[in-house]
Amino acid sequence: MSVRVQNEDFDIAAEMKAITDRRSDIGACVSFTGLVRGEADGKALLDMSLEHYPGMTEAELQRIEAEANERWPLNASRIIHRIGKLEPGAQIVLVITASPHRQAAFEAAQFIMDFLKSDAPFWKKETLASGEAEWVSCREGDATAKNRWQKS
Amino acid sequence: MSNASTSTVQLRYFAWVREKIGVADEIRSVPDSIITVADLIDWLKTQGAEYQAAFANPGIIRTAIDQKHVTNDVALGDGKEVAFFPPVTGG
Repeated sequence: MSVRVQNEDFDIAAEMKAITDRRSDIGACVSFTGLVRGEADGKALLDMSLEHYPGMTEAELQRIEAEANERWPLNASRIIHRIGKLEPGAQIVLVITASPHRQAAFEAAQFIMDFLKSDAPFWKKETLASGEAEWVSCREGDATAKNRWQKS
Repeated sequence: MSNASTSTVQLRYFAWVREKIGVADEIRSVPDSIITVADLIDWLKTQGAEYQAAFANPGIIRTAIDQKHVTNDVALGDGKEVAFFPPVTGG
């Protein structure tokens, strides 16, 4: 398990290789990458700035990752989230999950993203091409996506 | 020295809450009559127009005590650090 919050970009292939290299117990490795869209509500985006709560961010990501590892039989997992200024097309977040079988890897990756979206203390501020800057407001759907994982 | 007892708490603000208040963090002496997060928000709203603006709609504000999410009815207890921020928008 590992969690990183960083300014620098990440290399998806290198991160996956680091997880799968020199082992033969992994049967499925799933990766999700979130990217900066070039438009916000139909308006052209200049860039996006990501703020976070140092300390709490890492703790929340570790908690989410640990919960995913508790629910699914994962061989390994990794969460990388970038902060600072990001331009359209830039990579924002990477989640990798590895498991003997694909179902667990797929589900765990979705679980991690759904919880990250509603619990990890990151905030995006968008600057439009027009110069206007605005904090992104949360989407109703994010809470719904998280709630579907509730154990009955 | 005042007779009213107070406790010291580290306050932290993020995103537009930080922008409206104008500082990222501050240490405050808070009256001991303040029990819950909601009490603290009500008290902060008396501390100036910038706080009133930031907490105009307390229902939208999220809170963490010692870097853990809490709801506004939770008691501050021995919490050393209280953070206020908008709903998160990472990912």
